[in-house]
Amino acid sequence: MSSGGHDSHIPLKTYFNILVALLILTVVTVAAARVDFGAFNTIIALGIASAKAFLVLGWFMHLKFDDKIYWVMFGTSIFGLVLLYFFSVLDIYTRIMQISPL
Amino acid sequence: MSTVSTNHGEHHHAHHFDSAEAEYEASKFGTWTFLVTEILMFGGLFVGYIIFHQKFPEMFHAGSKFLDWKLGAFNTVVLLISSLTMALSIYYAQHNDKAKTLFNLYVTLICGGIFMVVKYFEYTHKIHMGLLPGALFNPQGAEAEAAFAAYSNLGMYFSFYFTMTGLHGSHVLVGMGLIAWCIVRTHRGEFSSKYWTPLECVGLFWHLVDLIWIYLFPLLYLIG
Repeated sequence: MSSGGHDSHIPLKTYFNILVALLILTVVTVAAARVDFGAFNTIIALGIASAKAFLVLGWFMHLKFDDKIYWVMFGTSIFGLVLLYFFSVLDIYTRIMQISPL
Repeated sequence: MSTVSTNHGEHHHAHHFDSAEAEYEASKFGTWTFLVTEILMFGGLFVGYIIFHQKFPEMFHAGSKFLDWKLGAFNTVVLLISSLTMALSIYYAQHNDKAKTLFNLYVTLICGGIFMVVKYFEYTHKIHMGLLPGALFNPQGAEAEAAFAAYSNLGMYFSFYFTMTGLHGSHVLVGMGLIAWCIVRTHRGEFSSKYWTPLECVGLFWHLVDLIWIYLFPLLYLIG
């Protein structure tokens, strides 16, 4: 009786290729930070980080080879953060300075 | 499937599971549920960081100048390598190669240690300059004092820095403890192609810690 085994057929070479891709993206993110893209600096940095996150999630955490339910679970946490960000921004940018009449 | 232990160290699934497969899937599902709560915990800090970064971009830029991106990049590489060796340890456990499982787990543990040593030197440097979180913020030296004179809320950057890297660093320490536990169990010969659930779950946790650092590095060290 084998326990699971969805991931046991990822070849060894694939893991090393993923590491090489992650290291290249690390160099890219450092290089991109040396150029000023103005308002896009944060978006570019987060975009490269998300590409790295996709590689870690997909292969090291083998979401790509697992039941789709794990993508859904991961997705719910990101959805929760998007909601948190959305309502926090609504709050912070619509505040009106209150002056006490007392 | 018998529940009587025949071989020393061989794992038998708990009686409330139908099969070893069901036990493995339940463990993994539980671990992912935990990881979701971890993402939400760190996510609150990330949301706060991004909003205040948008409000005070110049101040965050001045704050990030006190961080050495080379140390951050070095730690990124260390954690990425440790993620590979963690994945490899599971691969070798699945192929009944105890020696290579152990080797990869030890490398993962050492990488975690290197990460914390670098963090120790970074923290010592900040503490020395008085660049501390909250009410402890008390900049010392010409450079830090000049930055504080230009941005009176500079302390906010270091509150984010210490809270986020501190929470992350404590996760690295917990992860190292869990990997040490896996090493002990691997020495006892408990893992094989039939059973590697603890390695799998500790691995998922370790990769998440790596994942969080992947976002912390550019946000804290690079942009601003």
